Order: sequence, then C-alpha cells, then structure tokens
Amino acid sequence: MANGFSGARIFAAFSALALFLSATPALAQLGQPRNWQLGFQEAVTPIARQIGEFHNFLLILITAVALFVLGLLIYVALRFNDRANPKPSKTTHHTLLEVAWTIIPILILAAISVPSFRLLFAQYDFPKADVTVKAIGNQWYWTYEYPDNGDLTFDAVILEDDELKPGQPRLLATDNDVVVPVNKNIHMLITASDVIHNWTIPAFGVKVDAVPGRIIRTWFRAEKTGVFYGQCSELCGQKHAFMPIAVRVVTDAEYASWLEKAKKEFASAPSGEDEMASENSSRLAELTR
Amino acid sequence: MAGKSAAAHHDHPTGLKRFLFSTNHKDIGSLYLIFALIGGLVGGLMSIGMRMELQEPGMQFFSNPQLFNTFTTAHGLIMVFFMIMPALFGGFGNWIVPLMIGAPDMAFPRLNNISFWLLPPALALLVISLFVPGPPGGYGVGGGWTIYAPLSTSGSPGPAMDFAILALHLAGASSILSAINFITTIFNMRAPGMTIHKMPLFVWSILITAFLLLLALPVLAGAITMLLTDRNFGTTFFDVTGGGDPVLFQHLFWFFGHPEVYIIVLPAFGLISHVISTFSRKPIFGYLGMAYAMAAIGAIGFVVWAHHMYTAGISLNTQAYFVAATMVIAVPTGIKIFSWIATMWGGSIQFRTPMVWAFGFIFLFTTGGVTGVVLANAGVDRAVHDTYYVVAHFHYTMSLGATFGLFAGWYYWFPKITGYMYSEFIGKLHFWLSFIGVNLIFFPQHFLGLAGMPRRYADYPDAFAGWNYVSSIGSYISGVAVLVFLYGVFMAFRRKEKAAGNPWGEGATTLEWTLSSPPPFHQFERLPRIK
Repeated sequence: MANGFSGARIFAAFSALALFLSATPALAQLGQPRNWQLGFQEAVTPIARQIGEFHNFLLILITAVALFVLGLLIYVALRFNDRANPKPSKTTHHTLLEVAWTIIPILILAAISVPSFRLLFAQYDFPKADVTVKAIGNQWYWTYEYPDNGDLTFDAVILEDDELKPGQPRLLATDNDVVVPVNKNIHMLITASDVIHNWTIPAFGVKVDAVPGRIIRTWFRAEKTGVFYGQCSELCGQKHAFMPIAVRVVTDAEYASWLEKAKKEFASAPSGEDEMASENSSRLAELTR
Repeated sequence: MAGKSAAAHHDHPTGLKRFLFSTNHKDIGSLYLIFALIGGLVGGLMSIGMRMELQEPGMQFFSNPQLFNTFTTAHGLIMVFFMIMPALFGGFGNWIVPLMIGAPDMAFPRLNNISFWLLPPALALLVISLFVPGPPGGYGVGGGWTIYAPLSTSGSPGPAMDFAILALHLAGASSILSAINFITTIFNMRAPGMTIHKMPLFVWSILITAFLLLLALPVLAGAITMLLTDRNFGTTFFDVTGGGDPVLFQHLFWFFGHPEVYIIVLPAFGLISHVISTFSRKPIFGYLGMAYAMAAIGAIGFVVWAHHMYTAGISLNTQAYFVAATMVIAVPTGIKIFSWIATMWGGSIQFRTPMVWAFGFIFLFTTGGVTGVVLANAGVDRAVHDTYYVVAHFHYTMSLGATFGLFAGWYYWFPKITGYMYSEFIGKLHFWLSFIGVNLIFFPQHFLGLAGMPRRYADYPDAFAGWNYVSSIGSYISGVAVLVFLYGVFMAFRRKEKAAGNPWGEGATTLEWTLSSPPPFHQFERLPRIK
C-alpha cells in the first residue's frame, strides 16, 4: 500500500500549489471573474482589500494545518505499517501531548480572531454617506431608487444573449447599470418586494440579503472607475441565475451628467417600466391578501 | 390468530412477515441500509444530472432552471434524510449498537419497526412533490433544502411544498422515535460491567447523535408546521405583511440545521475510531478525550446556528458572538483528528479496505474543517457566502467526510452483517476512484467560490467554465466508483466467501466480534460480563 499513498502526495502537492496561486492577486479584468481564476476578484474598495488580506492570512494558516495533518498521515502510513513496525505499542495516553493539541489550536484561533473582528467592525463602521442608493429585489430583476434625487427610479433587467453589445459579459450585464461616483461613500439600502434576494458585488466586498419587509444597510467606497458585476446570491426561484447586478463607477462629472440624463429618461418612463411596476404591485397585493 | 403457527415462528419469522413486521434490530438495520442504498443512488444520479448541466455554460440538459432547482433541492434532502442518516444512524446504529453493548435487542422493538417504516412513505412524498405544481408555472420544490420563506410560502403556491413539508415531518418523526429508542437502549441495556466510561466510542457517538436529534428535530417540526399554516391557513409567522418575519424562519431552520450536520457526521466519528484502532492493532488513544470531544461538539453545535445567516441582516454584535462561538468548535474537532493519528502512532497498521477509507476520511474531513474556520469569520464569509466555496466546504465535511466514514464502516462491518468477505481489490479500487473523483469535483469549487460563482445556479457566466468542466469530470469518475461499489457488493454475495466471527484479528476488541458472522437471529441470551 505504500505506493498507493504517492497518489495522495501528488494531490497534496497540487493542492498546495493551487492554494499558493490563489493567494497571489488576480490579473483579472476589473469587476468580473476570469476563466481558471483561483482567488478573489481584484478588490476596488478598502473593505474588499481588507477581506483579501485577511483571507490570505487564513489561507496560509489552513494550508499549513491541512498539510501538517496530511504529513502526519503519510508518516504514520510509512513508519507504522505492519511491515515497518510489526509490534504495536500499547500507549493510550500522553498528557502533555493532549494538553498541547488543545492549547495550540486555541492560540491559533485567538490569533485569527484579532484581524477577524477588526474586519467585521470595519465593515459596520459606516462613514457619512455621499450618495444613497436603494436596491429592491424582485423576481427576477432589481429596482433602484436614488432617494437623494427625488423620485429617480429605474429597473435593471438582465440582457438576453442577443441584446449584448461587444464586451458585455453574458449573464452579468443589465439594461440599466447602477451609476455611482468614484471615491465617494455610497450607502446601499437593500430590500425586496417578493422573496429574499441578495445584492452583492464581489469586487466591493459587499453582500447583503434583500429581505421583504426589512431594509438592510451596507456601504462601499469604490476607488476605481469601471463596470463591476455581481449576481443574486440568495435562491429566489426559477430565474435566480438571471438577475445580475451591474454597478458603473464614474467620475464626479460623469455622475452629474448621468443624473441629469437619468432624471429625464426615467421620469418619462417607457411603458415597459410601468408594466413591470404594475405587475410588481399586483404581486404585492397578492402577498398582502 | 395466535395459533400454533405464530408460536412456532415466534423466534424466526420468514419472508414478508420477517421484514414488514420486523422487531429484530438486525433485520431493521438491514432494511435501513437497503433503504439508504436506494436513497443514495437516487440522490447520486441527481447530482450527476446537475454536473452534466453545469459542465458547460448555457442550458443543455434541463428544460428550465426550475427543474434544475428541484434537483438541487431533492439531492440535498434525499442525501441528508434518506441516505446518510438512515445508513449511519439507522443502519449501523441498529445493527451494531446492541451488539457492542451486549444487549439482545433494542429497548423498544416495535417502536424500532415504525421508525423505519415511516421513512419509505416520507421518501415517496418527497418524490411525488417533484411531479406536482410548485411555483407559478413550474413543478416541484425548488427552494433548496433550506426551504426559506417566503420563497417556500407565497413564492411556491402549488402543493409541491406541502408534500415536501409532510415528507420532512414523517422523516423527522422517524428520527425522533429512533432517538428515544437509542437513548433508552444505551442507558439501560448495557451488559453488566460496561460503565458509561467503558462504552465503545461508536455507542458514544450514537448516544450523542440521538440527543441532538431529540433536541433539534422538534424545532424543525415547529418551523415547518408554521410554514404549513402560513401556506394553507392564513397565518403570517414568516410574512411581514402580517407582522411576521422571514428571518425568523432562518433562525428556526438553522437551530435544527446546524446540529443536523453533526447528526450526520458524529456516527462516522465514532466508527472511524474503531476502524483505526482495529487496523493499527492498538487501543484508542485518549478514549475519554475522544468521547467528551464528541459531546462538546454536540453541545457547541447548538449555539452556533446563525453563522449561516451572516448576510441576513443580523446585528453586528450578534455576528461577533457567532464568530467566536463557531471557531470554538475547531478545538474539540482538532482533538479528534490528532487522537486518531495518535492511535495510529506506534501501531502496526494493516491497510485493509476499511482502514484506507479511514485515512481518506481524516484527510477529507480536515480539508473541509479548515475551510470551516475561514467561513466562521463573518468578515470574510461576507465574500464567499452562498458561493461554491460553501458548497465545497460542506461537501468535504458532511458529505465526503460522512460518506468516507460510511464506507469505512460498510467494509468494516460487511463481513459481520452478511457473513461474507468482500474483495479487497474491488474495495480499494472503489476507494481510489472515489477519492480522485470527489477531490476533482469539490477542490476546484473553492476557486469558483472565491471568484464569486453563486451556488444553486443552473447557468453561469462563461468565465466560470474551466473549473466547472473539471468538477463535472470528477463527478463522472465518482459515478464509476459507485458502479464499482455495487459490483463489489454483488460479487461478495455471489462468491459467498465465508467470513470468520472476527476477520480482523487481535485489534478488533468490541463485543460484536465475539459473535459468529452473521450473528445468530437472537444474540446474548446470556449477557456477557465486562471486566
């Protein structure tokens, strides 16, 4: 059986390599995944960066622990098999060892908890909002409101394959992006009209359930311009995989001109939007029946 | 009715009567194992169906995403309630616990019968749910095994969800009854001299599992009853428009759901200890530490549930508490892992098939365990919650860990249960195909999760294609491994190579090995005495 364990060793080497690679920053196109990617998408907010750093720290620890256990397994398999060690010992206790493998994991966990709580508290340390956006999950599209700007509201629906413009990724692009200014604190208010959905942008390090009847708050401060994609991350029925989230981060000037345009465009909402709104309210009526 | 034929057959009924009306722990154990085999094949085929769909971007095999969702839901429910639990707790528990404690049978043999026979109708109800209307315009339950409200209430108005709820009620009642039976048996029917601190670790694991079931399942029963009345009788427990709260359902579900993952894996913890001790020809290292580590895992398992809900809008302080509590579980789990290795240390290890599976178990469970430490931290969980990282984590622990434990137990007790030896070659081929297959399926899913691929998706952005392809290939290799397993079982029954009462030698010290293989229909008519 000794030869059998060489397979496990090769696998270990492979997994160690893979884990190592995933710790290196991804050379991805900003804001979306890339094929054969091993780690997180490139962080564009301070929180996402902090998540990435903490995860790298954890990755080193857990890889070391897993390899240590694997190494012990391989060692006992080689050293204490019945050919190498025909006479088994009868040892069943070793107090020092037992204390050690209780205390050392506690110390490791204590070491983890410090950066863990620092990250957790940072995520809930809300800076003063520059822009507030409300996202409402519906089966199966998102409605966005800009409460700072009167009744500016619009829906974001997935683009079908034949509607995609060159460069727009399938299943990620929407007809209307959420537009926010770069280097500004954006507060997101997340809720839903029917079932639970989840609003997330991996590159921002935010992920919040959209729960009907509750408004849950999160925030981000994007430091780069571009389009950033996410996907609904709470099972919401038939088209769960088909209600993506797209956030376009732009300069202040571009944001101002977009606001002007959007106020006009979405004020004279095309009939399609009304249809959806009425469909939505009838669903709400059904819920409240 | 109670004529002479009934009296004559009192000791050993045959045929339909033997199994349908069985009150014999070994026959009921066999029924559980056969039932689990059927459940496992159905659930396994569903997973291969899902991997076929996910092999490439786009929709290829499923006519619509709802059908895919019903597959993910049914796969989860079947594997949890109709494969792993019936096999480890019902099957091995029934077969082995009375033998190990030197008891003639279970404490309540008729209760044991109903515990088993509640399961087939439960599975039938679940299967029926696939074919009746669920969400508007679709069939079946597609809400995931977590059946979160309101997707399971207003989001799924058809009767499919009611069928699933009733299926869970029956399966839950079955488990509660058998938990009562095991607790009573283990507390009252141990052979003279077998104090609680001399009890084999597998019996410990079943005892702790029984307590978890007894405490957790009534909470699930309450939660799904509230779902049922919300759906059918106008209550609004989980409906905000009537003052209810969807997040309340999540609290109730996970108060059951988290102990449930230990219910699944604890019996595997117990039996792995025996396999390792037997084939290392060494007593278990740190027996008391092992027993109380399992008790600690069971107890802490009840106070960590909301780590499944970090993104559900629970408060910062609540999250901080659940982070701390969850990480504590790593300590008793570490004690178990290191004690298993210490049991092997200095031993004289024979690499028989059960032992090879035990090695696989330790490695896979450790791999899944360390990603659990990552997920425990709310800060970083926010990035990977509901992605394939979580899928990889819980499959490494509760499905690969539990399943490798299950197969270690299967090959370990197969000679005892059937009286026949299995083929070492087929057993090891089964292991290596499974080990390679499952690692190919689930290891790349860590990468998919980190890159942001959400779980429960019938179709995914093209950038996730590469690792999904690898994962699907792994699924087919595991499928071949299942065929090898079935062939091995078939061949063992065909070759009929008789197994000795104790085929494993001096390392096997528990009471079941003092009996013939298979044991007599009624054993221990004179109780054994434990020194």
